[in-house]
Amino acid sequence: MNSERIDPQGKKMGMWFFLFTEILFFGGMFLLYAIFRSLYSREFHAAAAEENLLLGTINTVILLTSSLTIALSISALRRGENLLSSRLQAATILMGLAFLVIKFFEWKAKIVLGIYPDSPVLLRLGKGEILFFGLYYMMTGLHGLHVLVGCAVIAFMVFFTRRETINRGNYARLENTGLYWHFVDIVWIYLYPLFYLIT
Amino acid sequence: MQESPSQNHVVATGTYTIVWLALLLLLAATIAIAKLQLLARFSVLGSLAIASVKAGLVLAFFMHLKYEGRFLKGMLALALAALTLLIGLTFVDVWYR
Repeated sequence: MNSERIDPQGKKMGMWFFLFTEILFFGGMFLLYAIFRSLYSREFHAAAAEENLLLGTINTVILLTSSLTIALSISALRRGENLLSSRLQAATILMGLAFLVIKFFEWKAKIVLGIYPDSPVLLRLGKGEILFFGLYYMMTGLHGLHVLVGCAVIAFMVFFTRRETINRGNYARLENTGLYWHFVDIVWIYLYPLFYLIT
Repeated sequence: MQESPSQNHVVATGTYTIVWLALLLLLAATIAIAKLQLLARFSVLGSLAIASVKAGLVLAFFMHLKYEGRFLKGMLALALAALTLLIGLTFVDVWYR
């Protein structure tokens, strides 16, 4: 019996268990959003008008497309096309970084207006607005952190793919990275309507 | 151990591209519905329903769930049920306090 027998199903299961904890982690914040929105619907309505729909939409397109490229990179690796796979991974990283750059300008535009947690401008507004922007910074901030971590992990995958440490027979690491990236995409799929559309 | 179907299933490029196009179409649809206020007071529900269809597509195809066994699907259902219960019960508390 080969002692280095690989169990890709087990590895994938481990990743899914981690994602379940992530569901409840973000779920807690979605719960807060839902409760406060039901209590301060008028204020949330008004505050959401501050959001930049164009930038939010561009970021959604970017993340959806990056999910496509990471999914394609796994298929490419499983066909034995390591070079193509690593290029698709690199494209995913670039889109992740583009997402963060746009997010940076979005935050900056608000901070310039004096809208940031505990700012004098914000504290003069009502409770509903304070809660809305608090949740906005908290949720998009933690989501952005996940995007950043995802980019770093994919960078390792590019390295592994180039060195053929991961290949068509041993791709669990890339597959798990993909699962994580898609999960982060799904979180954004819900953040987008809640902060940009419902005005 | 029995090999699950996902072990030897490589999803075709065409399938992924179609899913991606569907996601972009749904994005356009959700913007149109919100901006034109097509659903009036059900707009929140409508936006979340479209978001859930998008999430479902990502789960089923990009995350391969369609090709996974019952165990994993059941586990995910359990996690989502826990979240639904958590949100539902909290709302009951907030509304009827």
